[in-house]
Amino acid sequence: MNSEIIGVILTFILTLVIAFPLGKYIAKVFQGERTITDFLTPVERFIYRICGIDPHKEMNWKQHMAALLSINLVWLIYAFFILLFQSHLPLNPDGNPDMTPDLAFNTAISFLVNCNLQHYSGETGVTYLSQLIVITFLQFVSAATGVAAVAVLFRAFAEKTTEKLGNFFVFFTKTITRILLPLSIIMAVILAFNGTPASFDGKDSIVTLQGDSVQVSRGPAAGMIAIKHLGTNGGGWFGTNSAHPLENPNYFTNVVEIVAQVILPMALIFAFGFFIRRKKLGYVIFGVMTAGMLTLMIPNMISEISGNPLLHHLGLKDITAMEGKEVRIGVPASAYWQVMTTIISTGSVNSMHDSSMPLSGAMQMLGMMTNCFYGGKGVGLLNYFIFLIIAVFISGLMVGRTPEFMGRKVEAREMKIAAIIALFHPFLILVGTALSAYFAAHHPQMAWSVQPANWFNNPSNHGFSEMLYEYTSSSANNGSGFEGLADNNIFWNISTGIVMILGRFIPIIGPVAIAGILAKKKYIPESAGTLQTDTTTFGIMTYAVIMIVAALAFFPALTLGPIAEYFQSY
Amino acid sequence: MKKYIWPSVKLTIFMILVLAVLYPALIAAVSKAAPGQGKGKTISVNGKVVGYENVGQKFTDDKYFNGRPSAVDYNAASSAGSNKAASNPDYQKLVQERIDTFLIHNPGINREDIPAELVTASGSGLDPDISPAAAMIQIKRVAAARHLSENKVMALVSDHIRGPWLGMAGPAKVNVLKLNIALDTLK
Repeated sequence: MNSEIIGVILTFILTLVIAFPLGKYIAKVFQGERTITDFLTPVERFIYRICGIDPHKEMNWKQHMAALLSINLVWLIYAFFILLFQSHLPLNPDGNPDMTPDLAFNTAISFLVNCNLQHYSGETGVTYLSQLIVITFLQFVSAATGVAAVAVLFRAFAEKTTEKLGNFFVFFTKTITRILLPLSIIMAVILAFNGTPASFDGKDSIVTLQGDSVQVSRGPAAGMIAIKHLGTNGGGWFGTNSAHPLENPNYFTNVVEIVAQVILPMALIFAFGFFIRRKKLGYVIFGVMTAGMLTLMIPNMISEISGNPLLHHLGLKDITAMEGKEVRIGVPASAYWQVMTTIISTGSVNSMHDSSMPLSGAMQMLGMMTNCFYGGKGVGLLNYFIFLIIAVFISGLMVGRTPEFMGRKVEAREMKIAAIIALFHPFLILVGTALSAYFAAHHPQMAWSVQPANWFNNPSNHGFSEMLYEYTSSSANNGSGFEGLADNNIFWNISTGIVMILGRFIPIIGPVAIAGILAKKKYIPESAGTLQTDTTTFGIMTYAVIMIVAALAFFPALTLGPIAEYFQSY
Repeated sequence: MKKYIWPSVKLTIFMILVLAVLYPALIAAVSKAAPGQGKGKTISVNGKVVGYENVGQKFTDDKYFNGRPSAVDYNAASSAGSNKAASNPDYQKLVQERIDTFLIHNPGINREDIPAELVTASGSGLDPDISPAAAMIQIKRVAAARHLSENKVMALVSDHIRGPWLGMAGPAKVNVLKLNIALDTLK
């Protein structure tokens, strides 16, 4: 077996080895049990005191959501205005300009919702101050928001009948002090020692060996790159994200970065099992998600490793698909990253997805369309929970029983919410794509700053894929892109901004509401007739539900994009 | 919602201080001990900085080993990939041109032996490396342009091959800038 395949397998094993104990640790943190980070307790008490938070006041699910939305509103307004006036603020050694209002709208939402779609390029679009007090700040707090939301789910199923589901601000604060910040510090130091810049110096001017004058962008990037992965955010310091040789200097940092983005989503699944004292349920969920990951990973890997048929037509023997990829990373590690970053909603890239092979593009989009295999920080498990409820309902109907989950009856109200959430994601993606396709097809000469006819970097079906990918990434809060799309203009900034914000908060509120409603219900002890949700059979059922919903919703759109392109290329 | 706004504002201010001021400052301070003092690792020749170890630069001269095509012409202040799809007819023409150009500069090389990475643009436009095969295929041209023996250049390339990480994971590579600096000292 060659060294590049071994590298990918090692990476996955390393991820598991770290994620499992981390899951135990996270469960303990939220249970308030003793952990090695207890020395931070006085710091947290200090935070609660100066911020006027009563950590012992428990909230019901509605209060949780009110607190979550309040603090997010504060961040949105704050981020928007900083970006709008960034050139007038300090720490701008490269002299970068203010953002236009539509770009600031898009960027503020993008980082607020953990999406990190970037319609600007890091070297020229933001100042160092914005990179730190807007981008890096939001990368921490948006990740912590997701974890705080999923912690409600943990609490809802840990006890029998309860309305008290912990305190949002406590979950949020502990996520930062005990999980994200310590891990980020470790990772940022690793990156800095491997050549990622961390100082505040601006662009450097050099004369190259051959005699060209070049400017080299730098900046305090290491800290941001750490949280961008640990928080499944994905927005890069530099324009080309983790393909950039300063953002991802060697194979080792590539392993560190891809492991960092997957460990917390995985750990949260194990933490769920430990927290509700049903380890087996955690393992079954992990198994289903891993099966889902492999369903996308294997075709993607094969299609990338098989190479680019175009090069064959042009008479080359070596047809390695190196367009948009880096030599130090190589094809298998790029393909592995392509799938991981799309299923877990990070959206950082170490290769240009727009240049990947047609079938890989389809797998990347499917990863975001399902959006629950491991999934984003907190929200992956929440999305999965929706499919789980639907699977419970369908199984219940099949065997002719009232559907139950964890000792609570699943009734009409919960099912309505679950169905709406499951359909909302395809709705956002398909409506957005249809709208943009309409303009591209019927009004290509529209008098906009960028005419729809000029949106695309690639013609035909691949051009359609560029639009489909953009809305899929926005709604899934992923943030990667087929970056050939000319997206920094009013149409794309506003439309994807709206899709991102809806695609974030509705799928958080829905599952939390279901969990809150179920938690309040009377607990029915298990009997011989109870549907067992921690069995392989039920796992397969959930997997089938996820895949059928995705296939029904997205197959037509994928046919017009990557699938048609595939048949033209081969 | 009103009662949550005020704690939210205070918590936000506190978190900005910790996450966006103290945290980056800490990392910047620690990185002073790292190679390059956290400013990026530079390489100097005769006391003059000629480049960053990790940032690829443009080599078009026949007497240097050339790096990969770049969508931004190695502009290190504005990284980008080409974002071209394999199905794009313009892209096919572009790759064809690159192949033809390569064959003109490297007489005696068969078209089918050209490594794919030398005719495809990198993701960042700043790829500092090429594979050992992509270095080997340029030896003939470089040796001829510098009036050196091919064996001597071959030995130099072999010295500059960095194997997989930990000797087992990932690709082997050659840093183009380091190789070319060493090449300039070869007599």
